Amino acid sequence: MTPLQTEHNPKASLDVNIKWCKGCNLCVTVCPKGVLSLDDLGKVSVDKPEECIGCGLCEETCPDYAIRVVKDA
Amino acid sequence: MPFNVTSYFRQEMLPHIWCPGCGNGIVLRDFAVALEKLNYSRQEVVIVSGIGCSSRAAGYLDFDTVHTTHGRALPFATGIKFANPGLKVFVIMGDGDASSIGGNHLIHACRRNIDLTAIIFNNHIYGMTGGQFSPMTPRDKKATTAPYGMIEQSFDLCRLAEAAGATYVGRATTYHNQLLTRLIVEGANNRGFSLIEAVTHCPTSYGRRNKMATPTDMVRWQKESAVLIDRIKEGRASLQEGQFPVGLLHQHDAPEFTAEYLEVVKRAREK
Repeated sequence: MTPLQTEHNPKASLDVNIKWCKGCNLCVTVCPKGVLSLDDLGKVSVDKPEECIGCGLCEETCPDYAIRVVKDA
Repeated sequence: MPFNVTSYFRQEMLPHIWCPGCGNGIVLRDFAVALEKLNYSRQEVVIVSGIGCSSRAAGYLDFDTVHTTHGRALPFATGIKFANPGLKVFVIMGDGDASSIGGNHLIHACRRNIDLTAIIFNNHIYGMTGGQFSPMTPRDKKATTAPYGMIEQSFDLCRLAEAAGATYVGRATTYHNQLLTRLIVEGANNRGFSLIEAVTHCPTSYGRRNKMATPTDMVRWQKESAVLIDRIKEGRASLQEGQFPVGLLHQHDAPEFTAEYLEVVKRAREK
């Protein structure tokens, strides 16, 4: 898995593998903080990385394993 | 390095061929997380699958896997378990595969109570062939071969398995990730036949014909239709029309088939 877009904040970092994203919109819907959105190509993009609380719902819901929440130690 | 679910997958096979938003990927993730929690070695796990969208799952997992003929995953799995009772055998089937083409195999695997863990991906239709109705299509829902709505009653696979003698029966949805993982872990630890129905969604063939065009609509439908069995037992909720219970639905103790067979072998040798 190649992290193509990595955003860092004090709580968690999101590894998004754009190549595997099929743009189903599930992660965007489940995110309680509105961190994610779909870009012009219909792929997931991290809009507000500073808002992420690291709940991991997007990772659990993504059917394509394109998103991973890595909690900072 | 934190746990990465894709370490359980054959990397060269990803991304998988399932449609955007398909629930099979979510169920497969929960299965991989359950395998991580069970902490089995790769040599002792065998995954057997039948035919259908869901049964492609076996090809993605990096274990000893068998992709068998339509409906016959359970006979193959029975043979594998019988030949080497020490193996942990998981069976992945779709709803049509398990309830229609392999229906008889399912009830007899339940009756024998052989130590297998069957995970049934219930997407309510035959997805791969274009959305024909299956025995699990709910009444009045549309499918390509039921354009005016399904007029047959659907199976309740969990009650069927319970009546046939399965010792561990549970149901969860793709919305209830943690519950599904827990059920798979407990089902694998159960000594006997465990059936876990994973209600998944097919937005392409089922959702679009039933006013749930997006994956989001389908997951919302699962959230609204699934009622936790614990809440029903405590009297805090009741089942409305179109709703179904999720959670651990049935559990009992019964002699396990391979253990009983080895007992018979021992008795025969003593004579």
